[in-house]
Amino acid sequence: MEKTVKKSSLTISENGLEKKSSTQRLEVLKTYKIYIGGQFPRTESGRFYQPENAAGKKLGNICLSSRKDFRDAALVARGAFGGWSSRAAFNRGQILYRMAEMLEGRKIQFIDELIQQGATKAKAEKEVMQSIDRLIYYAGWCDKFQQIYSAVNPVASSHFNFSVPEPMGVVAIIAPQSDSLLGLVSVIAPVIAGGNTCVVLASETKPLCAITFAEVLNSSDLPGGVVNILTGKPKELNEWFVNHMDVNATVYCENDSTVKTMMREKSAQNLKRVFFYESVKWDSEAGQSPYYIMDTQEIKTTWHPVENIAGAGGGY
Amino acid sequence: MAKAVSTKKSNTIKLKFDTSWSYAPAPESKSAASIKPQYDLFIDGKWTKPQSGKYFSTINPANEEKLSEVAEANAADVDKAVKAARNAYEKVWKKMPAKERAKYIFRISRMMQEKARELAIIESLDGGKPIRESRDFDVPTAANHFFYYAGWADKLEYAFPNRTTEPLGVAGQITPWNFPLLMAAWKIAPALATGNTVVLKPAETTPLTALKLAEIIQESGLPDGVVNILTGAGATGAAIVNHSDVNKIAFTGSTDVGKIIQRAIAGTNKKATLELGGKAANIIFEDAPLDQAVEGVINGIFFNQGHVCCAGSRLYVQESVAKQVIRKLRDRLESLIIGDPLDKNTDIGAINSKQQLDNIHKYIKIGLKEGAEMYESSCRLPSKGFWCKPTLFTNVAQSSRIAQEEIFGPVLSILTFRTDDEVIEKANNTPYGLSAGVWTDKGSKIFNMTKRMRAGVIWANTFNKFDPTSPFGGYKESGYGREGGLHGLLPYLNLVS
Amino acid sequence: MAIAKTKVTVPDFSLSPRIDQVGVEERASRFTKRSIKKETKLNGLKLVLNMIDLTTLEGKDTDGKVRQLCYKAMHPHDSIPGIPTVAAVCVYPSMVKVAKKALEGSGIKVASVATAFPSGQAPKDIKIRDTKFAVNEGADEVDMVISRGKFHAGEYNFVFDEISAIKEACGNARLKVILETGELGTFDKVRRASDIAMYAGADFIKTSTGKIQPAATMPVTLVMLEAIRDFYYKTGKMIGMKPAGGISKSKLALHYLVMVKEVLGEDWLNNEWFRFGASSLANDVLMQIAKEKTGLYQSANYFSID
Repeated sequence: MEKTVKKSSLTISENGLEKKSSTQRLEVLKTYKIYIGGQFPRTESGRFYQPENAAGKKLGNICLSSRKDFRDAALVARGAFGGWSSRAAFNRGQILYRMAEMLEGRKIQFIDELIQQGATKAKAEKEVMQSIDRLIYYAGWCDKFQQIYSAVNPVASSHFNFSVPEPMGVVAIIAPQSDSLLGLVSVIAPVIAGGNTCVVLASETKPLCAITFAEVLNSSDLPGGVVNILTGKPKELNEWFVNHMDVNATVYCENDSTVKTMMREKSAQNLKRVFFYESVKWDSEAGQSPYYIMDTQEIKTTWHPVENIAGAGGGY
Repeated sequence: MAKAVSTKKSNTIKLKFDTSWSYAPAPESKSAASIKPQYDLFIDGKWTKPQSGKYFSTINPANEEKLSEVAEANAADVDKAVKAARNAYEKVWKKMPAKERAKYIFRISRMMQEKARELAIIESLDGGKPIRESRDFDVPTAANHFFYYAGWADKLEYAFPNRTTEPLGVAGQITPWNFPLLMAAWKIAPALATGNTVVLKPAETTPLTALKLAEIIQESGLPDGVVNILTGAGATGAAIVNHSDVNKIAFTGSTDVGKIIQRAIAGTNKKATLELGGKAANIIFEDAPLDQAVEGVINGIFFNQGHVCCAGSRLYVQESVAKQVIRKLRDRLESLIIGDPLDKNTDIGAINSKQQLDNIHKYIKIGLKEGAEMYESSCRLPSKGFWCKPTLFTNVAQSSRIAQEEIFGPVLSILTFRTDDEVIEKANNTPYGLSAGVWTDKGSKIFNMTKRMRAGVIWANTFNKFDPTSPFGGYKESGYGREGGLHGLLPYLNLVS
Repeated sequence: MAIAKTKVTVPDFSLSPRIDQVGVEERASRFTKRSIKKETKLNGLKLVLNMIDLTTLEGKDTDGKVRQLCYKAMHPHDSIPGIPTVAAVCVYPSMVKVAKKALEGSGIKVASVATAFPSGQAPKDIKIRDTKFAVNEGADEVDMVISRGKFHAGEYNFVFDEISAIKEACGNARLKVILETGELGTFDKVRRASDIAMYAGADFIKTSTGKIQPAATMPVTLVMLEAIRDFYYKTGKMIGMKPAGGISKSKLALHYLVMVKEVLGEDWLNNEWFRFGASSLANDVLMQIAKEKTGLYQSANYFSID
């Protein structure tokens, strides 16, 4: 039902900036908001910024999220973790697939936004298709990676012992600056495929797709709070993404050594896990793998005695 | 014949464990172990004098007598060792066919088995742990760890689907004093199997078995520099952590030091594995096999004097069986034998150091001050050395410090609960996440509990079990990375697609 | 008689505590790690000897065989001074009179198996008559078997009532209830049968007839000792324990003593409350005592077989 509402907004923008001047009616501009707990609030700070594309065209008034927005988002992400992580893996797969369906349905809008942000039409189309395919790739992994990376360990004593991956919890992600859609999808998908919830800071300079992607999430059966998307400046927020004591892992996708050093240092406060995806080519095969899922998994090993009556060596 | 019926009022019933038939001393002979009066540093396959010329004593915590003195490595010694390790990595170890690497590791395992008795005696002398544990647990498990990982060396391509692996280079490894030899094995074995070379520093209060391991490594013919063992205290460890040519840090120890290490390597590309503190919840439901649960609790907290990061130091008992369980624990406490670590009948040995004993005493005082009820074994303690009676605290609140902080000694905090939801919430209400235990006869409850408890190792209807094939490591502030099993390989490898 | 009945509420035996087999075996093996040396060993061996129910339960038993066994019971090995006697001689009901006479004045008890030993597959009245016969012949102790078939069929009341009835038939004789653990299948059932026996009036619980394998093991004995401990705490009544069958070596017997010491303590470390049902254990104990005294490893040739 909500889907149809969103679809109507799809017709608002036509396929390129250059055509705008020839339209008769006044274009309705989109208000870009952030996405927290399944809602689209404005930043609590009331601040905004105006990123421009290469041609100097302003992309819009984008929320300049604050540390309090991050705090709110982390809180709802924690709240959503129990439900999301205990969903059947199969169901998570279906939801990721549904996300791909929704994205497919709105691909024109994404292509349009990517072009607004400065991509060529061909490149924009490719990025959207790859993003859809990436979601489907991870949708398929949801109920399979556990089988690949689990183990039944042949311990010497009379115990059944097995190790399985479990989601870490709340993951804070600074998404890639370039590949503003594909990069975003590529870092979110493995994290939630594995049952984590996350707070993501979108590309600072190319934030449009991120917010539209939030609309896709919101219409795709993904429970509110599983993915929370903020817009703003990494410079302001990097530190908070790694400082928070109730965040279990932080993913950082740029190659700024000062930030990386800061992150590893601050992560020591609660020993959150830190991952740097600084030189990944998101549009290549290397941009997807179950090993990304495994990064934000813990391995849990469980022991239980095995009764041994009437078997060899049974002392009964 | 007289009717042999003895019926007493049940509130006066007490079992007497101080029996007229008691065990005579059964000390293991020290003569089976040779300890040199002084040990140098093991660098590049040779015993090397420390550049500072400084040595420090290692004592027997059971009688405070000096056992030996060991060299104190400074930054220059560390640099020398790292250079040796780098050289061995580039020129020998990296190039060696994996199956040959495996054979060296197998050989080390076998030689440890041959010298098991000596290693066990020295482990108990240096660390204070009962010979029964060093003989039956520490030493065989350490040898088995080498044996297990040896076999992985030439099979790594099977461990990580769709990836090839490459070693990291030089691994700097720092081990704790609670399982000195076993922790050295946990560190060295996977590092070698994956093709890395090693600079290892054992804890300063328990350096001797690592040095004996160095002798074994030397005897095994392992190429010079592949394993270097340096003794020293915190400064030596810091020099390893901060050395620019170390690619990987593996540390087992306190969460505080783990955080220091995490900060120290922040600006580098060093990978790390941190295996840190814990405050494990051990949960007994009313339908549990109670006598086995009690035994599990006893082993969970008194194994190795409670100097175990995964010790089950928080006991949650369902209220309906709390009285019964506490009585059983108290009875069991009375049959524990505290004393000479070398006596084969000793269950609980000496506290590892004066410093640790002071820390334990501090927490016992805190527990009393917090209003918890204390029960300790009626055993007598030796006059010399560092000793602590096995101790239970009842009436402990979730917010008590003795229920929150790691004591790392033979002190158990007992709390009660009513419902599954309540206990799972309390069990997870900790910054740690290393291990947990649950006792119940109901299968579906076991799976619910083991799934919901946020810890890396969960023991259901058992506790404190270890095996080379079984990954070990924590969630949250208990550190990251796994040691043991297939999952213990990854921290020493880069995966290449 | 029936102390249990007057004092204690009989529990629902289907709710007897559950037992984890692996945990029991781990605990049992811990006892075997105790090092028993020197004086401890010598005193332990003497204690073991004094706890033995010297047993002959064969179809071919004769008066002559039983008399020889009784002599051995009183004079285990006269060449070493200070050797205690065994606790009792255990025979079939038909041999009670002979044994009673042979042991007269020695203080050694006569124990008789009864209740259609070893299968127990006989009507209740026959079991009662069997018991009364043994008691009338002079048995100080009666070793009955429970109806394992009924137990497996879940007829716990039947098993309970039968034990009560036999207890009544025993009069002043002490009743040992044989669970035949080798036929029970799991430790859970051993625990449940122990509880039934104790609440029904057993003075002792006993593992085995010796006719079924496995007979006594340390883990199964541990489960029963823990049942005794729980019962004692609940009722204040002490119950004795008798592992029987399969204990033929001193070292193993000493491990059992360690187990009694560490589970039940001082009060049970005597033949009033702990017995070994065994035939060949006595000689192995004697050989070990001789070894402790002389320092020489011994030969069976120097120790009489009955």
